[in-house]
Amino acid sequence: MIELLFHITAFKSLPLGEVGGALTHIIILSTALFFIGMYGLFTRRNMITMLMSIELMLNSVNINFVAFNKYLYPDKMDGIFFSIFIIAIAAAEAAVAIAIIINLYRTHKSIDVDDVTDLKQ
Amino acid sequence: MRELLFHIIAFKNLPLGVVGGAAIWIILLPLANFVLLGLGKKYLKNIARIFSTVLLFVATIIALNIAYHYFFIDGKVNGVYQTINVYQMHWLSFTETMHVEIGIQLDALSVMMLVVVTFISLMVHLFSLGYMKGEERYCNYFSYLGLFTFSMLGLVVATNLLQLYMCWELVGISSYLLIGFYFQKPSAVAAAKKAFIVTRFADLGLLIGILILSFNTNSFNFQTIIQTLTNTQSSSFISITASSFLGMSTLTWALVLIFIGGAGKSAMLPLHIWLPDAMEGPTPVSALIHAATMVVAGVFLVAKLFAVFAINVTALQLVAFVGIASALFAAIIACTQTDIKRVLAYSTMSQIGYMMFALGVSKYGGEEGLGYSAALFHLFTHAFFKSLLFLCAGAVIHLVHSNEMKDMGGLKKLMPITHIAFLIACLAIAGVPPFAGFFSKEEILSAAYQNNKTIYIIALITSAITAFYMFRLYFSIFWNKPHDSRLTAHHSEGTLTMKLPLIILMVCAATVGFIPFSEFLSSNNQPYHSAINIGFSILPVLLGLGGILLAGILYFKQNNKADKITNSFQVIYKAAYRKFYIDELYLFITKKIIFNCIGKPAAWFDRNIIDGCMNGIASVASFISTSIKNIQSGKVQHYTLYFFAGVAVLLMAVLYVWS
Repeated sequence: MIELLFHITAFKSLPLGEVGGALTHIIILSTALFFIGMYGLFTRRNMITMLMSIELMLNSVNINFVAFNKYLYPDKMDGIFFSIFIIAIAAAEAAVAIAIIINLYRTHKSIDVDDVTDLKQ
Repeated sequence: MRELLFHIIAFKNLPLGVVGGAAIWIILLPLANFVLLGLGKKYLKNIARIFSTVLLFVATIIALNIAYHYFFIDGKVNGVYQTINVYQMHWLSFTETMHVEIGIQLDALSVMMLVVVTFISLMVHLFSLGYMKGEERYCNYFSYLGLFTFSMLGLVVATNLLQLYMCWELVGISSYLLIGFYFQKPSAVAAAKKAFIVTRFADLGLLIGILILSFNTNSFNFQTIIQTLTNTQSSSFISITASSFLGMSTLTWALVLIFIGGAGKSAMLPLHIWLPDAMEGPTPVSALIHAATMVVAGVFLVAKLFAVFAINVTALQLVAFVGIASALFAAIIACTQTDIKRVLAYSTMSQIGYMMFALGVSKYGGEEGLGYSAALFHLFTHAFFKSLLFLCAGAVIHLVHSNEMKDMGGLKKLMPITHIAFLIACLAIAGVPPFAGFFSKEEILSAAYQNNKTIYIIALITSAITAFYMFRLYFSIFWNKPHDSRLTAHHSEGTLTMKLPLIILMVCAATVGFIPFSEFLSSNNQPYHSAINIGFSILPVLLGLGGILLAGILYFKQNNKADKITNSFQVIYKAAYRKFYIDELYLFITKKIIFNCIGKPAAWFDRNIIDGCMNGIASVASFISTSIKNIQSGKVQHYTLYFFAGVAVLLMAVLYVWS
């Protein structure tokens, strides 16, 4: 993650054409990350893996925020702050999700989502 | 509290405002009785009867004190009895000018009614101490009596029509509770329901009448309404008499509707059907209903608005004819009934009929208003002898454990006091001098004689029939045949508290006729002197004695003369015995016509159209929900899929709109 962020922030003082190129690459990366996460979310039955997929999607958004902040409004900090918020929320969300998963495991002896269909009742 | 005691004790020359202020206690004490006994049943069980009797005793003393002050000390200013608002509270405001107050208004009529209601109610309470002993719901009984007394008192001191209507309904509900007191008996439940529904039906007329009157006069207050409508120059008077509906002016409609309400409560033809059935209640309650509360409410209502009735000939004639028809009709039925309480019930209806037609033939003011004074005089005397009759009947029933005349006979030795009391009450109701009923009945007859000869003749016949059926009852209970050998001297007349009211009422029934009533109560509150004309009295008294004689011949000793006569008049007797099939007529109208023509289509409409719509909506909803139920798989991933699909659709929609 950190290298990735470093990598993104390292594009400094580039001419506009090059900026557009760099941004394009980054957007491609983040889009790829997002859909990888989504695919994982839909196909995996293991809850831990699903949680990881959600993290992937969140981080792809973070990348977008930081990149747009960097290249489009370099004199502002909004995008960076947003990504910090998202990281914090993701941490909280992970804590809650893991708690849910532990509880599910205690009651159902499984963390497979297909075994947990009680919601419909 | 100290002031209260002071009011009670000090029979001094206090200003009426101060004494009249105590009137609120007359009303509040029975209410307190109802509330405390109703809520504190557990704690007050042992003292309930003493408690309520004492409260009512205090109320009676206050009422007598107020009456003394009003009539003898300072109620009269310049020869006119004043109308005094001793207490008034703003309650509801509709418009700037139209508002409703709750208060206490004392005039000659309401002061007289206060005395009658509290006094008779006290007697009933005393009698109930012995009569209701051992009842399971003793406490409830006394608290209902409190409610009944309270509502009737609230009614007679009402300052305005809406307060009157409110208490009127309270009277209805408390009579419902008391008539249905033995609710284990299906017949009592049916009787209570019947009384409530019939009077409620009539009250609808009263309500509409009140609304018409107050809409046109812009007020609910009695004084304002009377002032506005008796002033023939006022715009309200002109508008209410000018507009007409179905051939009668608005005023006539209002008064007729109000009279329908009064006729329902007072059991006038054809709304009388609840009265005989109301005998299902405990006997002291019947005494209360028939003598002081409930049935006289209708007479009171017409008397209270008499100044308005007096300017409208049509409404007044209706009152007169309904009154006389009820009097005769009930008297004929009473001759054939065998249940002693039912005989008394029909005699009440007949006597109330007397009061009504006396009001109907009266005119407003002075000597012309003889009928008005006579009606209220009769109300006053009737309260005493009718409650006496009912309490005696209660004592008899207490002894014999039956209401049927055939189970009685020869009781005069077993119950000497009841016997004397019953005899005096019968003489009073038959109009034999010098007992109370004689004086009031003579005044009524002379008022009728002056105004309408037809009514006079029917009233004469009715009074002869009255004497006959009352003495038929008297002879059948106390003479006729030797009493049942199973009844021995051990079966006494009951406790002292049961005898005491009989004795007090006996004295009253014998003497209250000597009160010069018209010097206290007249249509325009100006006292006048009315003299008994001896020559005029001969005929009614002779007729009354004739009735008594006939009853004596037929029922003094056990014989079959009465049966022979009934056999020769089979058809008439049967019709009268079945109460002229009025009940059957009502049943026919309600069950066959209303149920079939209105009830059934309404039920069909309700079941098929209203319920159909509801069921249709419900089944559509349930169809939709079953068809989309499968979406709810319970699998988290399906839900996320729907979510993302939704987002994608929204995104495409937004893009499409923007581009």
